[in-house]
Amino acid sequence: MKISYYPGCTLKYKAKNLETSALASLAALGIDVEEMDRWNCCGAVYSLADDDLIHLVGPARNLIRAKEQGADKIVTLCSMCYNTLARVNQLMKNDEEKRDTINRFMDEEIDYFGEVEVVHYLTLIKEEVGWKALREKVQRPLDGLKVASYYGCTLQRPQEVGIEPLGSFALMRELFDAIGAETIAFNAADSCCGSYQVICEEPGDNKAAAKVVSSAAAGGADVMATSCPLCEFNLGKQQDELIAKGNITTQVPTLYFTQLLAMALGVDAAEYHLELNDPSVQELLKTKNCLAAV
Amino acid sequence: MTLPMNAQKVSMHSIEKIKELSGENVKVCMQCGTCTSACPMSDEMDFFPRKVMHYSQFGLLQNLENINSYWKCASCHSCTVRCPRGIDIAKVMEALRLLVLRTSKNYIEPSQVPTEKLKEYPGIMMVAGFRKLTS
Repeated sequence: MKISYYPGCTLKYKAKNLETSALASLAALGIDVEEMDRWNCCGAVYSLADDDLIHLVGPARNLIRAKEQGADKIVTLCSMCYNTLARVNQLMKNDEEKRDTINRFMDEEIDYFGEVEVVHYLTLIKEEVGWKALREKVQRPLDGLKVASYYGCTLQRPQEVGIEPLGSFALMRELFDAIGAETIAFNAADSCCGSYQVICEEPGDNKAAAKVVSSAAAGGADVMATSCPLCEFNLGKQQDELIAKGNITTQVPTLYFTQLLAMALGVDAAEYHLELNDPSVQELLKTKNCLAAV
Repeated sequence: MTLPMNAQKVSMHSIEKIKELSGENVKVCMQCGTCTSACPMSDEMDFFPRKVMHYSQFGLLQNLENINSYWKCASCHSCTVRCPRGIDIAKVMEALRLLVLRTSKNYIEPSQVPTEKLKEYPGIMMVAGFRKLTS
């Protein structure tokens, strides 16, 4: 089975740490993925208007590339890429009329009927490795680390593309359990982080993010883990500003779940680039003795 | 809430337009307010989602012209997955945005976004924001 990896734009610069930690972890787990050739922007948001097919062309083209390159699955890391590609894939599979229009519009490409499966990294780890085998590969369990697993909006909603049923946060919980960390009860796991709205706001005014961070702090989390570069920015890199404006009182260092996975698997620290996260992440991980030789 | 309305104010055309864009029939909304309680942005909205739906289902779009509610919506789908009437409210909000954007009006001007933000903020934020807030 061939698994294509779709990185998306942000993982190539602002969120390199998400990509490198994830790929190094897959290598440590013995899973082969190949980055797609000639991928393009996923569009970041799925078009919600019934007459707006032009914005589906970009993501559909990625799916066509994957089919062309003989992939059975596309794996994504960024939650927004996952959501957009999965929704377009579903439309191409189920909506005959719109599929036909999109295929005709791209008449220079091969026709696409939803043949490739779009999966998120968490699902891939569960299906291709399994929690038991993952546990056996752990070299440095993150004992005593309390994690708030943050899914955000796009991994779970809408239900038809959710990586698990609404209200269930089992994939991250089981992953963290396998690598020795403890998942705390967290009632904002699928709340919105404020998303792209921060373009219109002054730094520190993002009340949606403040609610999420406060909830993680109230649950006693040491760190918050996410899979989306936008969530990581809103929740992790804006906490000083949120504190300055009085919207939160306690910081909760925020990083990608793949960075925790890479640490537990004994991956070289150069691969998870903690210097790209907020400095509070490294400080916390040092006090918790989670870092090998940093 | 009492809605002042008359034949001149109510627009059946607007209700049809929302349906055409979103595929959703706003008339089936029963005004339970579940959308408002689920919405992470409702605190910052001029009108709560329930009120937006109320005006929409009577086609009173002129009452929604200058409010921030549908611009504050980040399409998180919290309302959609909870609506007991099965309305995809995120799609209705998108339709309301498009009714403005398709008159070539922008909600934000990309050229006015400070350079520091452009340098610091992740790419998906810009792509998503400009997709949702500009024409």
